[in-house]
Amino acid sequence: MAEKAHTSSVYDRALQSIKENLLFAGALAEQAIQRAMTCLLERDSDLGRNVIDSDMQIDRLDEEIERKCLDVIALRQPVAKDLRFITTAIKINAHLERIGDMAANIAEKAIALNEEPQLKPYIDLPRMSDTAQQMIKKSLDALVREDCDLAEEVIKADEIVDSLNDQIFRELLTFMMEDPRTIHRALLIMQIAKNLERISDHATSIAVMIIYLVTGRNVRHRDKMEKTK
Amino acid sequence: MRTNDSIIQTKQVNFFYGTFKALIDVTMDFEKNKVTALIGPSGCGKSTLLRLLNRMNDLIDGTRVEGEVIFEGTNIYDTGIDPVDIRRRIGMVFQKPNPFPKTIFDNITYGPKLNGVRSKDAQETLVQQSLEQASLWEEVKDILNRSAMTLSGGQQQRLCIARALAMRPDVLLMDEPTSALDPISTAKIEELIAELKRNYTIIIVTHNMQQAARVSDYTGFFYLGKLIEFNPTEKLFTKPDEKQTEEYITGRFG
Repeated sequence: MAEKAHTSSVYDRALQSIKENLLFAGALAEQAIQRAMTCLLERDSDLGRNVIDSDMQIDRLDEEIERKCLDVIALRQPVAKDLRFITTAIKINAHLERIGDMAANIAEKAIALNEEPQLKPYIDLPRMSDTAQQMIKKSLDALVREDCDLAEEVIKADEIVDSLNDQIFRELLTFMMEDPRTIHRALLIMQIAKNLERISDHATSIAVMIIYLVTGRNVRHRDKMEKTK
Repeated sequence: MRTNDSIIQTKQVNFFYGTFKALIDVTMDFEKNKVTALIGPSGCGKSTLLRLLNRMNDLIDGTRVEGEVIFEGTNIYDTGIDPVDIRRRIGMVFQKPNPFPKTIFDNITYGPKLNGVRSKDAQETLVQQSLEQASLWEEVKDILNRSAMTLSGGQQQRLCIARALAMRPDVLLMDEPTSALDPISTAKIEELIAELKRNYTIIIVTHNMQQAARVSDYTGFFYLGKLIEFNPTEKLFTKPDEKQTEEYITGRFG
Protein backbone atom coordinates (compact mmCIF):
# COMPACT_ATOMS: atom_id res chain seq x y z
CA MET A 1 0.00 0.00 0.00
CA ALA A 2 1.09 3.51 -0.73
CA GLU A 3 0.74 4.75 2.82
CA LYS A 4 3.12 4.65 5.74
CA ALA A 5 4.33 1.29 6.95
CA HIS A 6 2.85 -0.30 10.05
CA THR A 7 4.93 -0.13 13.18
CA SER A 8 4.67 -3.92 12.97
CA SER A 9 6.41 -4.99 9.77
CA VAL A 10 5.01 -8.51 10.16
CA TYR A 11 1.54 -7.04 9.79
CA ASP A 12 2.61 -5.16 6.65
CA ARG A 13 4.02 -8.32 5.13
CA ALA A 14 0.83 -10.26 5.88
CA LEU A 15 -1.29 -7.66 4.05
CA GLN A 16 1.17 -7.43 1.20
CA SER A 17 1.23 -11.18 0.70
CA ILE A 18 -2.59 -11.29 0.55
CA LYS A 19 -2.49 -8.64 -2.15
CA GLU A 20 0.14 -10.52 -4.13
CA ASN A 21 -1.86 -13.75 -3.87
CA LEU A 22 -4.95 -11.95 -5.14
CA LEU A 23 -3.08 -10.56 -8.15
CA PHE A 24 -1.73 -14.01 -8.90
CA ALA A 25 -5.19 -15.58 -8.63
CA GLY A 26 -6.48 -12.84 -10.93
CA ALA A 27 -3.76 -13.53 -13.50
CA LEU A 28 -4.57 -17.25 -13.39
CA ALA A 29 -8.29 -16.58 -13.84
CA GLU A 30 -7.63 -14.28 -16.79
CA GLN A 31 -5.36 -16.85 -18.38
CA ALA A 32 -7.96 -19.58 -17.85
CA ILE A 33 -10.56 -17.58 -19.77
CA GLN A 34 -8.05 -16.86 -22.53
CA ARG A 35 -7.22 -20.55 -22.89
CA ALA A 36 -10.83 -21.72 -22.69
CA MET A 37 -11.68 -19.34 -25.53
CA THR A 38 -8.68 -20.46 -27.58
CA CYS A 39 -9.87 -24.02 -27.06
CA LEU A 40 -13.13 -22.98 -28.71
CA LEU A 41 -11.82 -20.69 -31.44
CA GLU A 42 -8.92 -22.91 -32.51
CA ARG A 43 -10.75 -26.16 -31.75
CA ASP A 44 -7.93 -27.22 -29.44
CA SER A 45 -9.56 -29.60 -26.93
CA ASP A 46 -6.27 -30.47 -25.20
CA LEU A 47 -5.94 -26.86 -24.14
CA GLY A 48 -9.51 -27.04 -22.79
CA ARG A 49 -8.69 -30.09 -20.67
CA ASN A 50 -5.66 -28.22 -19.39
CA VAL A 51 -7.93 -25.34 -18.23
CA ILE A 52 -10.19 -27.77 -16.36
CA ASP A 53 -7.20 -29.41 -14.64
CA SER A 54 -5.51 -26.19 -13.63
CA ASP A 55 -8.64 -24.78 -12.00
CA MET A 56 -7.41 -26.66 -8.93
CA GLN A 57 -4.57 -24.18 -8.68
CA ILE A 58 -7.01 -21.28 -8.35
CA ASP A 59 -9.01 -23.27 -5.79
CA ARG A 60 -5.94 -23.89 -3.67
CA LEU A 61 -5.04 -20.21 -3.86
CA ASP A 62 -8.61 -19.38 -2.82
CA GLU A 63 -8.20 -21.43 0.34
CA GLU A 64 -4.81 -19.90 1.08
CA ILE A 65 -6.03 -16.31 0.65
CA GLU A 66 -9.05 -16.92 2.83
CA ARG A 67 -6.93 -18.46 5.56
CA LYS A 68 -4.53 -15.51 5.49
CA CYS A 69 -7.42 -13.04 5.72
CA LEU A 70 -8.93 -14.88 8.68
CA ASP A 71 -5.52 -14.93 10.37
CA VAL A 72 -5.24 -11.16 10.07
CA ILE A 73 -8.72 -10.70 11.51
CA ALA A 74 -8.04 -13.06 14.40
CA LEU A 75 -4.54 -11.85 15.21
CA ARG A 76 -4.58 -8.16 14.32
CA GLN A 77 -8.17 -6.96 14.71
CA PRO A 78 -7.80 -4.72 11.66
CA VAL A 79 -9.57 -1.36 11.62
CA ALA A 80 -10.22 1.45 9.13
CA LYS A 81 -8.39 0.99 5.82
CA ASP A 82 -6.91 -2.34 6.93
CA LEU A 83 -10.37 -3.62 7.80
CA ARG A 84 -11.76 -2.46 4.47
CA PHE A 85 -8.85 -4.12 2.70
CA ILE A 86 -9.40 -7.47 4.40
CA THR A 87 -13.15 -7.37 3.73
CA THR A 88 -12.44 -6.47 0.13
CA ALA A 89 -9.81 -9.19 -0.22
CA ILE A 90 -12.18 -11.89 1.07
CA LYS A 91 -14.82 -10.86 -1.45
CA ILE A 92 -12.47 -10.39 -4.41
CA ASN A 93 -11.01 -13.80 -3.65
CA ALA A 94 -14.45 -15.44 -3.81
CA HIS A 95 -15.17 -13.69 -7.11
CA LEU A 96 -11.89 -14.80 -8.65
CA GLU A 97 -12.50 -18.37 -7.57
CA ARG A 98 -15.93 -18.30 -9.26
CA ILE A 99 -14.38 -16.82 -12.40
CA GLY A 100 -11.96 -19.77 -12.44
CA ASP A 101 -14.88 -22.19 -12.21
CA MET A 102 -16.62 -20.44 -15.07
CA ALA A 103 -13.54 -20.57 -17.26
CA ALA A 104 -13.44 -24.32 -16.63
CA ASN A 105 -17.12 -24.47 -17.53
CA ILE A 106 -16.47 -22.63 -20.79
CA ALA A 107 -13.69 -25.11 -21.55
CA GLU A 108 -16.09 -28.04 -20.99
CA LYS A 109 -18.65 -26.60 -23.38
CA ALA A 110 -15.93 -25.77 -25.91
CA ILE A 111 -14.66 -29.37 -25.84
CA ALA A 112 -18.21 -30.60 -26.49
CA LEU A 113 -18.60 -28.12 -29.36
CA ASN A 114 -15.30 -29.26 -30.86
CA GLU A 115 -16.81 -32.73 -31.31
CA GLU A 116 -19.22 -31.36 -33.91
CA PRO A 117 -18.89 -29.18 -37.00
CA GLN A 118 -18.76 -25.48 -36.23
CA LEU A 119 -22.24 -23.94 -36.26
CA LYS A 120 -21.23 -20.44 -37.28
CA PRO A 121 -18.23 -18.12 -37.26
CA TYR A 122 -17.62 -16.71 -33.79
CA ILE A 123 -17.63 -12.90 -33.88
CA ASP A 124 -19.39 -11.52 -30.83
CA LEU A 125 -18.15 -14.24 -28.49
CA PRO A 126 -14.44 -13.26 -28.73
CA ARG A 127 -15.47 -9.63 -28.27
CA MET A 128 -17.34 -10.56 -25.14
CA SER A 129 -14.44 -12.54 -23.82
CA ASP A 130 -11.89 -9.79 -24.59
CA THR A 131 -14.03 -7.25 -22.77
CA ALA A 132 -14.52 -9.56 -19.78
CA GLN A 133 -10.79 -10.25 -19.54
CA GLN A 134 -10.04 -6.55 -19.79
CA MET A 135 -12.49 -5.94 -16.97
CA ILE A 136 -10.73 -8.41 -14.71
CA LYS A 137 -7.35 -6.94 -15.55
CA LYS A 138 -8.53 -3.38 -14.99
CA SER A 139 -10.27 -4.20 -11.73
CA LEU A 140 -7.04 -5.70 -10.38
CA ASP A 141 -5.05 -2.70 -11.65
CA ALA A 142 -7.57 -0.56 -9.81
CA LEU A 143 -6.80 -2.58 -6.67
CA VAL A 144 -3.05 -2.03 -7.04
CA ARG A 145 -3.38 1.68 -7.80
CA GLU A 146 -6.43 2.23 -5.58
CA ASP A 147 -7.96 3.94 -8.58
CA CYS A 148 -11.71 4.60 -8.42
CA ASP A 149 -11.89 6.00 -11.97
CA LEU A 150 -10.54 2.77 -13.35
CA ALA A 151 -13.02 0.82 -11.22
CA GLU A 152 -15.84 2.95 -12.66
CA GLU A 153 -14.67 2.07 -16.19
CA VAL A 154 -15.03 -1.60 -15.30
CA ILE A 155 -18.54 -1.07 -13.99
CA LYS A 156 -19.44 0.73 -17.19
CA ALA A 157 -18.01 -2.01 -19.43
CA ASP A 158 -20.46 -4.50 -17.94
CA GLU A 159 -23.16 -3.00 -20.18
CA ILE A 160 -21.17 -3.88 -23.31
CA VAL A 161 -20.92 -7.50 -22.26
CA ASP A 162 -24.59 -7.64 -21.34
CA SER A 163 -25.70 -6.31 -24.71
CA LEU A 164 -23.36 -8.71 -26.56
CA ASN A 165 -24.93 -11.53 -24.59
CA ASP A 166 -28.42 -10.42 -25.66
CA GLN A 167 -27.23 -10.15 -29.24
CA ILE A 168 -25.82 -13.69 -29.22
CA PHE A 169 -29.00 -15.02 -27.64
CA ARG A 170 -31.20 -13.49 -30.36
CA GLU A 171 -28.96 -14.72 -33.13
CA LEU A 172 -28.85 -18.29 -31.84
CA LEU A 173 -32.61 -18.28 -31.42
CA THR A 174 -33.00 -17.77 -35.17
CA PHE A 175 -30.64 -20.68 -35.84
CA MET A 176 -32.63 -22.97 -33.58
CA MET A 177 -35.96 -21.98 -35.09
CA GLU A 178 -34.74 -22.59 -38.61
CA ASP A 179 -33.15 -25.95 -37.94
CA PRO A 180 -33.73 -27.99 -34.77
CA ARG A 181 -30.54 -29.97 -35.43
CA THR A 182 -28.56 -26.88 -34.34
CA ILE A 183 -30.22 -26.75 -30.91
CA HIS A 184 -27.55 -28.75 -29.09
CA ARG A 185 -24.69 -26.62 -30.36
CA ALA A 186 -26.62 -23.38 -30.01
CA LEU A 187 -27.37 -24.14 -26.39
CA LEU A 188 -23.71 -24.88 -25.71
CA ILE A 189 -22.72 -21.56 -27.26
CA MET A 190 -25.39 -19.79 -25.23
CA GLN A 191 -23.99 -21.32 -22.07
CA ILE A 192 -20.53 -20.06 -22.97
CA ALA A 193 -21.95 -16.58 -23.54
CA LYS A 194 -23.83 -16.80 -20.25
CA ASN A 195 -20.60 -17.74 -18.45
CA LEU A 196 -18.80 -14.77 -19.99
CA GLU A 197 -21.65 -12.52 -18.95
CA ARG A 198 -21.39 -13.85 -15.37
CA ILE A 199 -17.62 -13.38 -15.42
CA SER A 200 -18.08 -9.74 -16.28
CA ASP A 201 -20.59 -9.45 -13.41
CA HIS A 202 -17.93 -10.78 -11.05
CA ALA A 203 -15.38 -8.31 -12.41
CA THR A 204 -17.95 -5.56 -11.81
CA SER A 205 -18.39 -6.70 -8.21
CA ILE A 206 -14.63 -6.59 -7.75
CA ALA A 207 -14.60 -3.01 -9.06
CA VAL A 208 -17.40 -2.07 -6.65
CA MET A 209 -15.32 -3.44 -3.77
CA ILE A 210 -12.32 -1.34 -4.87
CA ILE A 211 -14.48 1.78 -4.61
CA TYR A 212 -15.46 0.66 -1.10
CA LEU A 213 -11.82 0.05 -0.22
CA VAL A 214 -10.76 3.51 -1.32
CA THR A 215 -13.75 5.63 -0.27
CA GLY A 216 -15.65 3.59 2.32
CA ARG A 217 -18.77 4.04 0.13
CA ASN A 218 -20.82 1.05 -0.90
CA VAL A 219 -22.05 1.48 -4.49
CA ARG A 220 -23.13 -2.13 -4.91
CA HIS A 221 -26.81 -1.39 -5.35
CA ARG A 222 -26.39 2.09 -6.77
CA ASP A 223 -28.20 1.38 -10.06
CA LYS A 224 -31.20 -0.25 -8.43
CA MET A 225 -31.49 2.57 -5.91
CA GLU A 226 -31.34 5.21 -8.63
CA LYS A 227 -34.05 3.46 -10.62
CA THR A 228 -36.42 3.32 -7.69
CA LYS A 229 -35.97 7.06 -6.97
CA MET B 1 -21.06 18.81 15.85
CA ARG B 2 -23.95 17.38 17.88
CA THR B 3 -26.25 19.60 19.85
CA ASN B 4 -28.98 17.17 20.88
CA ASP B 5 -28.95 16.41 24.56
CA SER B 6 -25.39 17.31 25.35
CA ILE B 7 -24.38 17.32 29.00
CA ILE B 8 -20.87 18.77 28.86
CA GLN B 9 -19.41 21.05 26.23
CA THR B 10 -15.89 22.32 26.03
CA LYS B 11 -15.47 25.56 24.13
CA GLN B 12 -12.08 26.47 22.72
CA VAL B 13 -10.29 25.08 25.72
CA ASN B 14 -6.57 25.63 26.07
CA PHE B 15 -4.69 24.15 28.98
CA PHE B 16 -1.23 24.98 30.28
CA TYR B 17 1.16 23.16 32.57
CA GLY B 18 3.33 26.20 33.36
CA THR B 19 4.29 27.44 29.91
CA PHE B 20 3.61 24.11 28.20
CA LYS B 21 0.37 24.14 26.26
CA ALA B 22 -1.10 20.67 26.73
CA LEU B 23 -4.47 21.27 25.07
CA ILE B 24 -5.04 23.49 22.08
CA ASP B 25 -8.42 24.89 21.19
CA VAL B 26 -10.47 21.83 22.14
CA THR B 27 -14.19 22.16 21.40
CA MET B 28 -16.23 19.08 22.15
CA ASP B 29 -19.78 18.15 22.92
CA PHE B 30 -20.43 15.14 25.18
CA GLU B 31 -23.83 13.58 24.70
CA LYS B 32 -25.97 12.56 27.65
CA ASN B 33 -26.32 8.83 28.40
CA LYS B 34 -23.67 7.95 25.86
CA VAL B 35 -20.17 6.60 26.21
CA THR B 36 -17.49 8.80 24.71
CA ALA B 37 -13.96 7.42 24.40
CA LEU B 38 -10.85 9.59 24.17
CA ILE B 39 -7.91 7.95 22.43
CA GLY B 40 -4.46 9.00 21.30
CA PRO B 41 -0.77 8.35 21.99
CA SER B 42 0.81 9.13 25.36
CA GLY B 43 1.10 12.84 25.94
CA CYS B 44 -1.64 13.77 23.48
CA GLY B 45 -3.71 15.51 26.16
CA LYS B 46 -6.58 13.06 26.53
CA SER B 47 -6.13 12.51 30.28
CA THR B 48 -5.55 16.22 30.78
CA LEU B 49 -8.90 16.88 29.12
CA LEU B 50 -10.60 14.22 31.23
CA ARG B 51 -9.26 15.69 34.48
CA LEU B 52 -10.20 19.15 33.32
CA LEU B 53 -13.85 18.13 33.08
CA ASN B 54 -14.21 17.91 36.88
CA ARG B 55 -11.50 20.38 37.82
CA MET B 56 -9.06 17.72 38.98
CA ASN B 57 -6.27 19.71 37.38
CA ASP B 58 -6.91 22.47 39.94
CA LEU B 59 -4.95 20.25 42.32
CA ILE B 60 -1.79 20.61 40.23
CA ASP B 61 0.27 23.75 40.79
CA GLY B 62 1.07 26.02 37.90
CA THR B 63 -1.78 24.94 35.66
CA ARG B 64 -4.07 27.29 33.82
CA VAL B 65 -7.26 26.89 31.79
CA GLU B 66 -8.55 29.09 28.99
CA GLY B 67 -11.95 28.69 27.39
CA GLU B 68 -15.10 27.27 28.87
CA VAL B 69 -16.35 23.93 30.14
CA ILE B 70 -20.12 24.10 30.18
CA PHE B 71 -21.85 21.58 32.42
CA GLU B 72 -25.62 21.85 32.33
CA GLY B 73 -25.53 25.46 31.27
CA THR B 74 -22.83 26.72 33.63
CA ASN B 75 -19.14 27.23 33.04
CA ILE B 76 -17.53 25.11 35.76
CA TYR B 77 -14.52 27.43 35.76
CA ASP B 78 -16.62 30.49 36.66
CA THR B 79 -15.65 32.13 39.92
CA GLY B 80 -17.95 31.10 42.70
CA ILE B 81 -18.30 27.55 41.46
CA ASP B 82 -17.31 25.03 44.14
CA PRO B 83 -14.99 22.43 42.60
CA VAL B 84 -15.99 19.93 45.29
CA ASP B 85 -19.60 20.20 44.17
CA ILE B 86 -18.52 19.70 40.56
CA ARG B 87 -16.54 16.59 41.51
CA ARG B 88 -19.54 15.22 43.35
CA ARG B 89 -21.66 15.49 40.19
CA ILE B 90 -18.90 14.43 37.85
CA GLY B 91 -17.27 11.39 39.41
CA MET B 92 -14.00 9.77 38.51
CA VAL B 93 -12.52 6.28 38.39
CA PHE B 94 -8.77 5.94 38.05
CA GLN B 95 -6.36 3.61 36.32
CA LYS B 96 -5.34 1.70 39.42
CA PRO B 97 -8.05 0.61 41.83
CA ASN B 98 -7.61 2.82 44.89
CA PRO B 99 -10.02 1.68 47.59
CA PHE B 100 -9.64 3.24 51.03
CA PRO B 101 -8.01 0.88 53.56
CA LYS B 102 -11.39 0.46 55.24
CA THR B 103 -14.24 -2.01 55.04
CA ILE B 104 -16.19 -2.45 51.84
CA PHE B 105 -19.18 -0.82 53.54
CA ASP B 106 -17.20 2.20 54.68
CA ASN B 107 -15.67 2.67 51.25
CA ILE B 108 -19.12 3.25 49.80
CA THR B 109 -20.47 5.40 52.63
CA TYR B 110 -17.39 7.55 53.13
CA GLY B 111 -18.41 10.30 50.69
CA PRO B 112 -22.16 10.22 51.41
CA LYS B 113 -21.47 10.51 55.17
CA LEU B 114 -19.47 13.67 54.56
CA ASN B 115 -22.46 14.90 52.60
CA GLY B 116 -24.83 14.28 55.50
CA VAL B 117 -26.18 10.78 54.93
CA ARG B 118 -26.31 9.79 58.59
CA SER B 119 -29.04 7.19 59.04
CA LYS B 120 -27.90 3.59 59.06
CA ASP B 121 -30.89 2.58 56.93
CA ALA B 122 -30.12 5.15 54.25
CA GLN B 123 -26.50 4.04 54.26
CA GLU B 124 -27.40 0.38 53.89
CA THR B 125 -29.72 1.10 51.00
CA LEU B 126 -27.06 3.20 49.33
CA VAL B 127 -24.42 0.50 49.77
CA GLN B 128 -26.63 -2.18 48.24
CA GLN B 129 -27.78 0.02 45.35
CA SER B 130 -24.30 1.21 44.51
CA LEU B 131 -22.81 -2.27 44.68
CA GLU B 132 -25.63 -3.66 42.57
CA GLN B 133 -25.12 -0.98 39.95
CA ALA B 134 -21.43 -1.81 39.90
CA SER B 135 -22.26 -5.55 39.53
CA LEU B 136 -20.41 -6.36 42.74
CA TRP B 137 -23.25 -6.92 45.21
CA GLU B 138 -23.59 -10.68 44.71
CA GLU B 139 -19.87 -11.20 45.29
CA VAL B 140 -19.53 -9.12 48.45
CA LYS B 141 -22.95 -8.94 50.14
CA ASP B 142 -21.84 -11.35 52.89
CA ILE B 143 -18.47 -9.73 53.53
CA LEU B 144 -19.35 -6.04 53.70
CA ASN B 145 -17.33 -5.62 56.88
CA ARG B 146 -14.18 -7.12 55.46
CA SER B 147 -11.37 -4.80 54.39
CA ALA B 148 -11.63 -3.65 50.78
CA MET B 149 -7.95 -4.49 50.42
CA THR B 150 -8.79 -8.22 50.52
CA LEU B 151 -10.71 -7.98 47.22
CA SER B 152 -9.17 -8.90 43.88
CA GLY B 153 -8.00 -6.11 41.55
CA GLY B 154 -11.09 -6.42 39.37
CA GLN B 155 -13.38 -6.37 42.40
CA GLN B 156 -11.51 -3.38 43.84
CA GLN B 157 -12.04 -1.49 40.59
CA ARG B 158 -15.76 -2.24 40.64
CA LEU B 159 -15.80 -1.14 44.28
CA CYS B 160 -14.26 2.17 43.20
CA ILE B 161 -16.97 2.51 40.57
CA ALA B 162 -19.61 1.74 43.25
CA ARG B 163 -17.98 4.35 45.48
CA ALA B 164 -18.22 6.91 42.71
CA LEU B 165 -21.85 5.96 42.01
CA ALA B 166 -22.77 6.34 45.69
CA MET B 167 -22.35 10.09 45.23
CA ARG B 168 -25.16 9.97 42.64
CA PRO B 169 -23.12 11.70 39.94
CA ASP B 170 -24.44 12.63 36.50
CA VAL B 171 -21.22 11.91 34.71
CA LEU B 172 -18.56 9.28 35.29
CA LEU B 173 -15.03 9.94 34.08
CA MET B 174 -12.86 6.86 33.68
CA ASP B 175 -9.12 7.10 33.20
CA GLU B 176 -7.83 3.78 31.83
CA PRO B 177 -10.14 1.86 34.16
CA THR B 178 -9.06 -1.59 33.03
CA SER B 179 -5.38 -1.22 32.19
CA ALA B 180 -4.38 -2.90 35.46
CA LEU B 181 -6.93 -5.72 35.15
CA ASP B 182 -6.99 -9.20 33.64
CA PRO B 183 -9.21 -9.94 30.60
CA ILE B 184 -12.14 -11.34 32.62
CA SER B 185 -12.25 -8.36 34.98
CA THR B 186 -11.87 -6.10 31.96
CA ALA B 187 -14.85 -7.76 30.28
CA LYS B 188 -16.89 -7.28 33.47
CA ILE B 189 -16.06 -3.58 33.63
CA GLU B 190 -16.90 -3.19 29.94
CA GLU B 191 -20.21 -4.96 30.50
CA LEU B 192 -20.79 -2.63 33.42
CA ILE B 193 -20.11 0.44 31.27
CA ALA B 194 -22.83 -0.68 28.85
CA GLU B 195 -25.23 -1.07 31.82
CA LEU B 196 -24.34 2.24 33.42
CA LYS B 197 -24.91 4.40 30.39
CA ARG B 198 -28.65 4.05 30.88
CA ASN B 199 -28.37 6.26 33.94
CA TYR B 200 -25.03 8.00 33.53
CA THR B 201 -22.94 9.72 30.93
CA ILE B 202 -19.54 8.09 30.66
CA ILE B 203 -16.32 9.54 29.33
CA ILE B 204 -13.45 7.09 29.16
CA VAL B 205 -9.77 7.46 28.36
CA THR B 206 -8.21 4.28 27.08
CA HIS B 207 -5.03 3.16 25.39
CA ASN B 208 -6.77 0.03 24.26
CA MET B 209 -8.32 0.95 20.94
CA GLN B 210 -10.30 -2.25 20.75
CA GLN B 211 -11.81 -1.28 24.07
CA ALA B 212 -12.76 2.15 22.75
CA ALA B 213 -14.34 0.43 19.75
CA ARG B 214 -16.20 -2.04 21.97
CA VAL B 215 -17.64 0.24 24.63
CA SER B 216 -18.10 3.71 23.17
CA ASP B 217 -20.73 5.46 21.08
CA TYR B 218 -18.41 8.32 20.13
CA THR B 219 -14.65 8.49 19.90
CA GLY B 220 -12.36 11.48 19.95
CA PHE B 221 -8.80 11.13 18.68
CA PHE B 222 -6.19 13.48 20.16
CA TYR B 223 -2.71 14.21 18.94
CA LEU B 224 -0.24 16.77 20.27
CA GLY B 225 -2.91 18.49 22.33
CA LYS B 226 -5.40 18.84 19.52
CA LEU B 227 -8.68 17.09 18.91
CA ILE B 228 -8.00 15.65 15.47
CA GLU B 229 -11.27 13.85 14.91
CA PHE B 230 -14.50 13.35 16.80
CA ASN B 231 -16.99 10.95 15.24
CA PRO B 232 -19.39 8.11 15.96
CA THR B 233 -17.22 5.17 16.96
CA GLU B 234 -18.16 2.86 14.11
CA LYS B 235 -17.42 5.63 11.61
CA LEU B 236 -14.05 6.39 13.16
CA PHE B 237 -13.01 2.75 13.10
CA THR B 238 -14.19 1.92 9.57
CA LYS B 239 -13.67 5.11 7.57
CA PRO B 240 -12.08 7.88 9.62
CA ASP B 241 -12.22 11.36 8.10
CA GLU B 242 -8.64 12.25 9.00
CA LYS B 243 -5.46 10.66 7.72
CA GLN B 244 -3.81 11.01 11.14
CA THR B 245 -6.61 9.06 12.77
CA GLU B 246 -6.26 6.37 10.13
CA GLU B 247 -2.53 6.10 10.73
CA TYR B 248 -2.91 5.95 14.49
CA ILE B 249 -5.66 3.35 14.71
CA THR B 250 -4.12 1.09 12.09
CA GLY B 251 -0.75 1.26 13.83
CA ARG B 252 1.15 3.31 11.26
CA PHE B 253 2.53 5.88 13.60
CA GLY B 254 5.74 7.65 14.45
